[in-house]
Amino acid sequence: MSTSHSRVAKRVADLPPSGIRKFFELVERMPDAISLAIGEPDFTTPWRGRESAIYSLEKGHTHYTPTRGLQELRDAVASYLERRFGLSYHPDREVLITVGAAEAIDLALRAILNPGEAVLIPQPCFVSYPPCTVLAGGVPLPVPTRVEHDFQVQVSDLEAACDDRARALLMCYPNNPTGAVMDREALEGVMRWAEQNDLIVIADEIYAELHYDGGHVSAAALPGARDRTVLIGGFSKAWAMTGWRLGFAAGPQDLIGGMAKVHAYTVMCAPTMAQEAALDVLYGCDGEVAAMRREYDQRRRVIVRRLRDMGLDCFEPKGAFYAFPSIARTGLTSEQFAERLLQEEKVAVVPGTAFGECGEGFVRCSYATSLPTLEEGMARMARFVARAAG
Amino acid sequence: MEDILLALEQDGRLTAAQLAERLGRPEEDIKKQIAKLEAEKVIRRYRAVVDWDKSDSERVFGFIEVRVSPQRGQGFDAIAARIMEFPEVHSLYLMSGTYDLMVVVQGKTMREVAYFVAERLAPLESVLSTATHFVLKRYKVDGDIMVERTENKRLPVTP
Repeated sequence: MSTSHSRVAKRVADLPPSGIRKFFELVERMPDAISLAIGEPDFTTPWRGRESAIYSLEKGHTHYTPTRGLQELRDAVASYLERRFGLSYHPDREVLITVGAAEAIDLALRAILNPGEAVLIPQPCFVSYPPCTVLAGGVPLPVPTRVEHDFQVQVSDLEAACDDRARALLMCYPNNPTGAVMDREALEGVMRWAEQNDLIVIADEIYAELHYDGGHVSAAALPGARDRTVLIGGFSKAWAMTGWRLGFAAGPQDLIGGMAKVHAYTVMCAPTMAQEAALDVLYGCDGEVAAMRREYDQRRRVIVRRLRDMGLDCFEPKGAFYAFPSIARTGLTSEQFAERLLQEEKVAVVPGTAFGECGEGFVRCSYATSLPTLEEGMARMARFVARAAG
Repeated sequence: MEDILLALEQDGRLTAAQLAERLGRPEEDIKKQIAKLEAEKVIRRYRAVVDWDKSDSERVFGFIEVRVSPQRGQGFDAIAARIMEFPEVHSLYLMSGTYDLMVVVQGKTMREVAYFVAERLAPLESVLSTATHFVLKRYKVDGDIMVERTENKRLPVTP
């Protein structure tokens, strides 16, 4: 077949291949590798949620729900946001149940952006932000964050990256891949700056429940922030529900309305049995969530200690379930490090560059894996680092 | 304190050094607190959770419902004291409902358990009646699921 033109649309063909994908193929060929490259909990969804989905199917609840999600679930999400973060949203007009937080991010970008408008994206960041921005007709403006600032985004860096096309700021704290959190003062500064520049803030707070150093402060909860913020959350991380694909967005009526329109035309509604399960976990699984958080917190201390003991500089992550050590002293690039570690010691970590250019010199190590596995992975990595840096 | 108890409840073999690392506190503090918990008998002892069905030794459990006549001035405590000292008695509970004491008896064979009930338990003066139920399979014991479950697979690399 001779085709001078790609049959795939140019904007899709032009998307860079995912750094994660490339690495996935390498790891896939090594089934006995220890993977510290997994961005999802090792825990299974609390039984209450699973049992509730079984019951939902038994009752024959196999139909569409309202586009914005089950009324009871929207009510529950609104009251959860109030109880945990002091936020107040109207469940009918300001809450939308989505197919994972990932869909909510896509919806927010598509609902907000006019062609050519730009989105400030602090990096390292979740892999989908730049491509989703491009697919929504927008332009990603990467904003580097730095280890010397504990990977908290700085107003000066936002200022430097911003131009007059900028329409929104898309940030994730607690952060994947760095584990950084924003302290209140820094977050206030960023939100004030967003207000001065009349930007919409898309706050991906999927890891809000996994904050190990006091409570999470929601960007939307800061003075004056609510009406310019689309808050995104979901059930995947804290409730260990990745496979259910269920998230939510909360925000001012016009933005949620725009997102609901796209949502209605694309996916109709989020899966019914997942919504019914989510309703039960929101009301009844605080104990399980606390136990998982406790376990992550213990692993976090162990992994940071091991990484530092092997001579790597490791920023202390305060949230999510990732450590993001600097591998600079080995003299290797992130990709070289990850590939050689995999080949020589059969341990998978993700090169920092998969999350943006400024991730060079770092690797992401997930501690969403059992402590014995983590210990073995760290022991192998220590051997490798000793050789590479020796 | 609670974090130490929760961790040890999961894994009683954790050392003070391991606990210190996981909980982010000085090892000396952990040692002191464990000593205190042990002295106060909050931690009674450390032991293994054994799946006897998988071992070569036989172990049979009977749940015996016992109706008794309480004794004046002592309620059920006197008869409970008589029963709990037998080494065959694994657990003993005072219950609400249609019977009074739940006696969990362990033995090497059903005959041994039945013999204990007939020879030791039933003849006690204040015991009015017993009903013996043998355990056929242990699914979950003290929070541990004893049956094999399939391992969940995750993709090796995800964002």
